[in-house]
Amino acid sequence: MRNHWAAIGTIVKRELAAYFESPVAYVFLVIFLLLAGFFTFAFGGFFERGEASLAAFFNWLPWLFLFLVPAAGMRLWSEERRLGTIELLLTMPVADWQAIVGKFLASWLFLVVALVLSFPIVVTVNVLGDPDNGVIASGYVGAALLAGAYLAISCMTSALTRNQVIAFILAVVLCLLLILVGFSPLTDLLARWASPWLVEAVAKFSVLTHYDGFQKGVLDSRDLLYFLSVMAFALFATGVVIRNHRAG
Amino acid sequence: MIRVENLSKSFGPKLAVDGVSFEVGKGEVLGFLGPNGAGKSTTMRMITGFIPSSAGAVSVCGLDVQENPIEVKRRIGYLPEAAPSYTEMSVLSFLKFAAEMRGLRGEERRNAIRRVVGLCHLESVLGQTIDTLSKGFRHRTCLAQALIHDPEVLILDEPTDGLDPNQKHEVRTLIREMGASKAIIFSTHILEEVEAACTRAIIIDRGRIVANGTPAELKARAPSGKLEDFFRSITRSDVQTEAAA
Repeated sequence: MRNHWAAIGTIVKRELAAYFESPVAYVFLVIFLLLAGFFTFAFGGFFERGEASLAAFFNWLPWLFLFLVPAAGMRLWSEERRLGTIELLLTMPVADWQAIVGKFLASWLFLVVALVLSFPIVVTVNVLGDPDNGVIASGYVGAALLAGAYLAISCMTSALTRNQVIAFILAVVLCLLLILVGFSPLTDLLARWASPWLVEAVAKFSVLTHYDGFQKGVLDSRDLLYFLSVMAFALFATGVVIRNHRAG
Repeated sequence: MIRVENLSKSFGPKLAVDGVSFEVGKGEVLGFLGPNGAGKSTTMRMITGFIPSSAGAVSVCGLDVQENPIEVKRRIGYLPEAAPSYTEMSVLSFLKFAAEMRGLRGEERRNAIRRVVGLCHLESVLGQTIDTLSKGFRHRTCLAQALIHDPEVLILDEPTDGLDPNQKHEVRTLIREMGASKAIIFSTHILEEVEAACTRAIIIDRGRIVANGTPAELKARAPSGKLEDFFRSITRSDVQTEAAA
């Protein structure tokens, strides 16, 4: 078991280095923080809310991540396929799942770093008012899980093709679908002609439904389970895609 | 050390490798010859466990590739066709990565890197990003990766492709020297390479082995005594294959 983790650790290290040795990481971090700040203060009504909370920040994250997470994840496997390094990686003494998990963890860690770097917003709220920092912490946990779910889906689409643009677009579409089935303007519309229980059942598959719990400060094991299942399923699918690709 | 039995691979309706069998022992350097698309790379990929076979079996050091893929991969050093590498990394960090993936740490890792850097003459480019290197250096960087754990078995897919004549000569010499203590398979288009570095050669055409013998034996089978003439007499160019189809 120790060897399993040693190999995964080596892959995580290499992937993280790949982010930070290229401009990708810095461009990503700067754009993320600029946009997050912009949405929070300009569109989120941070000041108009009249409450000390990060709701303005967290409400926009599912939409911001919708584009940024696939952008961070699109190269994971398609780049390996394009460069031919997938053949190097998978003929080293590691199992496919180790490579998949290693690459995923590295990118997830990178996204968590991006989230952590949004701390000035937390500081601002604490200076201006007296927020419930427990709710903020649970909000961040939800955000990290959301990023992980999007990322796992991006891994899967990235394994499908050597073309990063295709991987990106497929990931955005799939993630958007996971948002929309629980997006209230849409579900309200659907509820007019579909039976409410059906709409509600479909909405249970939405990332928003489960993300909202965390934003209210509720750490529900069902929400946690949901995000972990999405990740596990998408990574498992990644494995199937890679195996099929190799089998020809 | 390497035993291939009735190995076949089909991609859809196309049979890329068709019942190939051979063995390579320690101290042998097997040259893998054949026209483009004959199934050389596919066969090598099946030996390294990168792609599964459709039928037949491969064992390396007595271990079956399908049953024990990780153990087999530990024992193989592999240079894939076109020598891919992570181009955004420096040569040194790429080799560190390869060493760690092979379970080499600390002092062991440092020694392994020093050894392959010497063997592949990479001293002058260690800190350089692979992106910025010439084709010859990139190729040798990938070769260094294959040698880093001093494997018992080496699978080299066109190790001299894209090198200049001096570099070709060096790689050939390296292969011949290492051949004394390892089992090596390498594929090539260059027939004189077979004579220069191999103890035995296999010619493969449209997925089947059409000749297997020492370079001298194969040469003797052509009236002119030239390996090239023999090669041309038993293999078909893709133009001929097209016409036949």
